[in-house]
Amino acid sequence: MTTTTSPGVVSAESSEGTAGLKLSGLQLRLISIVGFFLAWEISGHVPISPAFPTFSGTMMAMFEMIFDGSLFLAYFETLKPLLLGVGISAFFGVTIGVSMGLNKKSRWLWEPIFVVLQASPVAALIPLITYAYGIGITAKTVAVIILASPIIVLNTYKAVGNASPVLVQMSRAFQGTRMQEIWKVIIPNAAPVIFAGLRLGVAAGFIGVILAELLITPTGIGDIISYNRSIAKYPHMYAAVLSIIVFSAVMVGMLEKAEVKYFRPEKKRGQ
Amino acid sequence: MKVAGYEIPPVFSLLIWIGLWEVAGRMDLAFILPPFSSVLGELTTLIVRHDFLAAAWQTFQAFAIGMFFAITGGIALGFIMGTNKTANSILGMWVNIFASAPLSSVVPVLMLLFGLGQLTVVVIVVLFSIWIIALDTYAGVHHTSNSLKEMGRSFGANKTQLLFKILFWAALPEILAGVRLGLIRAVKGIVIGQLLLSVVALGRMFRTFSDNFQFEEFWALTLILFVFALLFSTLIGRLESKVEYYAGTRD
Amino acid sequence: MNKAIHMSLPDATTPTDPSANIVSVRGITKFYGSDVHALEDVNLDFPTGQMTTLLGPSGCGKTTLLKIIAGLLETTSGEVMVKGKAVTSPGPERAFVFQDFALLPWATVTRNVAFGLELTGVPLKEREAKAKSYIDKVGLSGFEDKYPHELSGGVRQRVGLARALAVDADVLLMDEPFSAVDEQNRRKFQEDLLHLLSVENKTVIFVTHSIEEAVYVSDQIVLLSPRPGRIHSIIRPELDRSSSPDDIRRDKVYLDTVEEIWGNIREYLD
Repeated sequence: MTTTTSPGVVSAESSEGTAGLKLSGLQLRLISIVGFFLAWEISGHVPISPAFPTFSGTMMAMFEMIFDGSLFLAYFETLKPLLLGVGISAFFGVTIGVSMGLNKKSRWLWEPIFVVLQASPVAALIPLITYAYGIGITAKTVAVIILASPIIVLNTYKAVGNASPVLVQMSRAFQGTRMQEIWKVIIPNAAPVIFAGLRLGVAAGFIGVILAELLITPTGIGDIISYNRSIAKYPHMYAAVLSIIVFSAVMVGMLEKAEVKYFRPEKKRGQ
Repeated sequence: MKVAGYEIPPVFSLLIWIGLWEVAGRMDLAFILPPFSSVLGELTTLIVRHDFLAAAWQTFQAFAIGMFFAITGGIALGFIMGTNKTANSILGMWVNIFASAPLSSVVPVLMLLFGLGQLTVVVIVVLFSIWIIALDTYAGVHHTSNSLKEMGRSFGANKTQLLFKILFWAALPEILAGVRLGLIRAVKGIVIGQLLLSVVALGRMFRTFSDNFQFEEFWALTLILFVFALLFSTLIGRLESKVEYYAGTRD
Repeated sequence: MNKAIHMSLPDATTPTDPSANIVSVRGITKFYGSDVHALEDVNLDFPTGQMTTLLGPSGCGKTTLLKIIAGLLETTSGEVMVKGKAVTSPGPERAFVFQDFALLPWATVTRNVAFGLELTGVPLKEREAKAKSYIDKVGLSGFEDKYPHELSGGVRQRVGLARALAVDADVLLMDEPFSAVDEQNRRKFQEDLLHLLSVENKTVIFVTHSIEEAVYVSDQIVLLSPRPGRIHSIIRPELDRSSSPDDIRRDKVYLDTVEEIWGNIREYLD
């Protein structure tokens, strides 16, 4: 793409008004998406590997799975434990995180363990889950919880712990009680970061549920991937992977939009 | 927390959890959870076993090579995005998508394309960590104050000088934060990757242990990985705190 | 040179009758931790219905003293009397205006102004009506449904002022309220504040580091010396408040008082 090279442009602000083809961000993004799919199509025809289908073949497989309903069924199977797990993690995670932010003893007890869990590859424990919970929805839900809850707890803790001291003092100056201070100032003040933590929790939980489906319980979207791989129907396998990437991008994008809309009135204008 | 007038550092609360683990293990609450003491005992024999050392070395090699590419590539990507608006509007979208995508679903594809060996593990490391490094580098470059850049230009800095003498240093706190997060993600990625591959290095050991109900060994291996991950992120955290005093606000 | 014990009271007829002083502080000493000595034995009276300014270079403990009076900080020793009673926590007779506004970013102007009333349990309808009347009084009609991020610094501080007025406290505590407001708006705001206070009949305790601002708005100026904060002197500018703002700023008494204070403060800056 020749539009990306504009000589002499160093800093972001000076790229405005340079000569040449001017395209809006949206147009550029669309072009890059089309370019990506085109490159995929061409390399599929070369072919770079017998296990690398063309883009068109992948899309055909995707439509086939959409129209016979198997893709929807698979997503239903995958999203059930994801939502359940994220819901449970959110409930307990936010509760623990808030208590850590408000109470020193709670912080002392919980902070180290969640820092360890957040920094460590807890996914290693997923094979063990099968022994405890079988291969049903419980195992998948547990996989989601162990991956999603640390980030939710830590974000909530960070948000509540860093409550604006000025606003807290204001609440006290106007004779707010400790309960009013928590409910009317500290928690609304922390809400955007808590919500951002939930968004990260969803992303982490998604990794967990797919991993569980690939590793221990052949169901849902993970099953489509491994089944089609085993019978060498590569277009179907790639279609499932592509659909997950697109689905998660759309979902995370929507959560970001919701975050700005409901929690960050100050960001609305800047967009 | 204070007990009898002494301040007890928070790290010690881990002892409570370990204690609970020990008790739960001894009471046989769950057969997958052996007591901590027997896991620790198994750990000491495990870390001198030849197959473990070979697997660990192989894993570490893949990790180091992958991180090298992820750090250089991620920082370069971040700088390109931070200094060129056009590049940012194209690359920003892809980087954001992959940074939050459930990459565990891509691993089976990588296994098809790159085989069941070391190469796939390296690619997984890069794929898991490069995006967050790029995003943080971009944030650092993007948030560099305009007056700092203008100062450089007004004193006649050329593009290279501006990049290496101003932008890089101004963005350093964010870059290090990105590298730390990238390392954590890479360790998680390598575990996910090896579990799914299940025929190389630590992944095969995990597989063997869990198939043969060797839960002590399984937990010992997990514990080693945890310690390794913590050690690495603490190390980078130390480095980070040295430049933290001029870090921009980020969330 | 021990200037701290030098007390100049230009007006010997300063009221000392306790009923004339709505707020008094007695022997206030404040340490932060064990080594930072912020205030040393401060005794002061704040006459009812008057504007008293706490003025001094940075580090003289003026904001600390104000927050102690507000009940937001504890004293190390000494006590604060409000209407003859010792207080240690915030109360309904005092309202605070913050330096950096302290507005809730997620709440509209109306909810922010009504927030003090919301905390004391005033019903929604009633507090919104009250908020509305003060929004009008500080000149913010039309801004009711805006959010703080949509307002300039000067307008935000007007919201902060309306919030403090709405709780109907007798004493208004203002912590450098104009320091984050730009110069032009600050002057206009000072004039509006004086006008508003002449109607509302409040006692005001005002912290500032601007000598001009202190002389322009105050009935009584308390000059504090730094490290630890002590009372250096108390000055009562005898300005003719009936003349126009521009005339006051050109008045000889105004200019002389500013110079006198500057002369006192500059010795602490070396």
